[in-house]
Amino acid sequence: MTDAFVVGIDMIKFGRFPERTVPDIGAESALLALDDCGLKIQDMQALYCGNLGQASAMVGQRILQEIGQTGMPVVNCANACATGATAFREAWMSVKAGVYDLVLAVGVEQMGKGLLGGVGGGKGIPREGLLGSGTMPAVFAEAGQEHANKYGTTFEQFAKVSVKNHHHSTLNAKAMYQIETPLDVVMNAEMIAYPNTKLMCSVNVDGSAAAVIASEKKARELGLMARAVKVSASALTSDPWQERDLVMPDVNTCTRRARDKAFEMAGVGAEDIDLVELHDCFATAEILHYENLGLCDEGEAGRLIDEGETALGGRIPVNVSGGLLSKGHPLGATGIANIYEVSTHLRGEAGKRQVEGAKVGMTHVIGLGSACGIHILEKVAA
Amino acid sequence: MSNAKASAAPLPAVPYLKLPPDGEPYLEGQKCGPCGAIFLGERQVCSKCGAKGALEATRLANRGKLHVYSIVHRSFPGIEVPYISAIVDLEGGGTVKGNLINIEPDPEKIAFGMPVEVVYQDALGRRDKEGNAYIAYFFQPAS
Repeated sequence: MTDAFVVGIDMIKFGRFPERTVPDIGAESALLALDDCGLKIQDMQALYCGNLGQASAMVGQRILQEIGQTGMPVVNCANACATGATAFREAWMSVKAGVYDLVLAVGVEQMGKGLLGGVGGGKGIPREGLLGSGTMPAVFAEAGQEHANKYGTTFEQFAKVSVKNHHHSTLNAKAMYQIETPLDVVMNAEMIAYPNTKLMCSVNVDGSAAAVIASEKKARELGLMARAVKVSASALTSDPWQERDLVMPDVNTCTRRARDKAFEMAGVGAEDIDLVELHDCFATAEILHYENLGLCDEGEAGRLIDEGETALGGRIPVNVSGGLLSKGHPLGATGIANIYEVSTHLRGEAGKRQVEGAKVGMTHVIGLGSACGIHILEKVAA
Repeated sequence: MSNAKASAAPLPAVPYLKLPPDGEPYLEGQKCGPCGAIFLGERQVCSKCGAKGALEATRLANRGKLHVYSIVHRSFPGIEVPYISAIVDLEGGGTVKGNLINIEPDPEKIAFGMPVEVVYQDALGRRDKEGNAYIAYFFQPAS
């Protein structure tokens, strides 16, 4: 089986673009990714498009209606917050399988502001606030509280995640915000769902990211190996049965299973990873994923954030892009935007936030319901 | 609000809350015979072990322990805050999410693992379009 490489990749600066359309926002990153490797849409053999909000509205085809209707196959996919990673993975699989040797993956979302989630709907009476909460901040608060229960993790430790990621985003011009948020500001921000304050919730933004994936033969033929990034693993899991999973989504087990598959496929271990972009949809979630991804031993996540090991310059920098907490979380775009971030470091092109000497990186997303997508990316030896 | 279509007796807020006409309300689980997994709501196949047609209705306990919670301060428009969203493991099996009441919404006052009991009350005055009243379940601290 051929190896597959990211040869072109980019994202737009995340923001709020209510006057634009979803295909227009997606088309922008598609063109940026093509420009990144000097190719044209006519060179692509297939398009894999991830979008959640208009999942039934043929977003991929509408992107091509803006940038080039070549008649290529288009697959539109939706997989909650793992949508972008799933589109990327489908593109990767088509190259690994030898069906195509040059394909495009685009993730795009237009969000608007406000709470996501909620309990119930349908017949009868609204159940939110009657039978607990299904709002995303509360669901991820409850997931974090399991860690607090087991290991004594504190509100302050959860809040430090937000301080770190907001700091990182001051070094990323493509992040929604570039604002320092000291610990007291994070902890005293409006409480949304204890222990998640407003600054510990990801930012709903509009955005898109896109990647061009090539087979090794094609990448060499086109002279694109110098900046190519090897996709050394792609893993996707759903949630296995768990005792509480009908009332409490389990974001841990599906992540751990995807991690094991990814490490096995790439032939690497956690100790080989130089940077991680993980799914910090809420500050509480990042703490869980330190252990889920094997970045530290069980129960050590609080210490990891206390000692700055996951900050830029630390042992294993996490979310140096600013993460979903400050770069923003356009659901369908996130899974490709985090691949863009890691690829940029592996290429040595991350400027002020560059993780020095980065050779192997990992991306992780969770779509609640649930889907976990993990990719391991490697710098190509010169 | 009166409405000709509304039924005389309150309705259950969810299908797994049972209101026997001549008995106490209770929560009903579906228990898999071969593996013992408990689900809320009817289903054809056990999603844990795959057994078909092996699920039977079982009455869930009215006591349990608080597994985790969140105190919700911001919700959707029209929903009164704060409230405590609680996940409770019931004695004998089954996990249920609901509001924890009769305790201050303060992390200092709420303990993981604390014993709770299930109580059945009017669904916070919520009515459906036909004007029907509903009964919901809540958790409160138990001794």
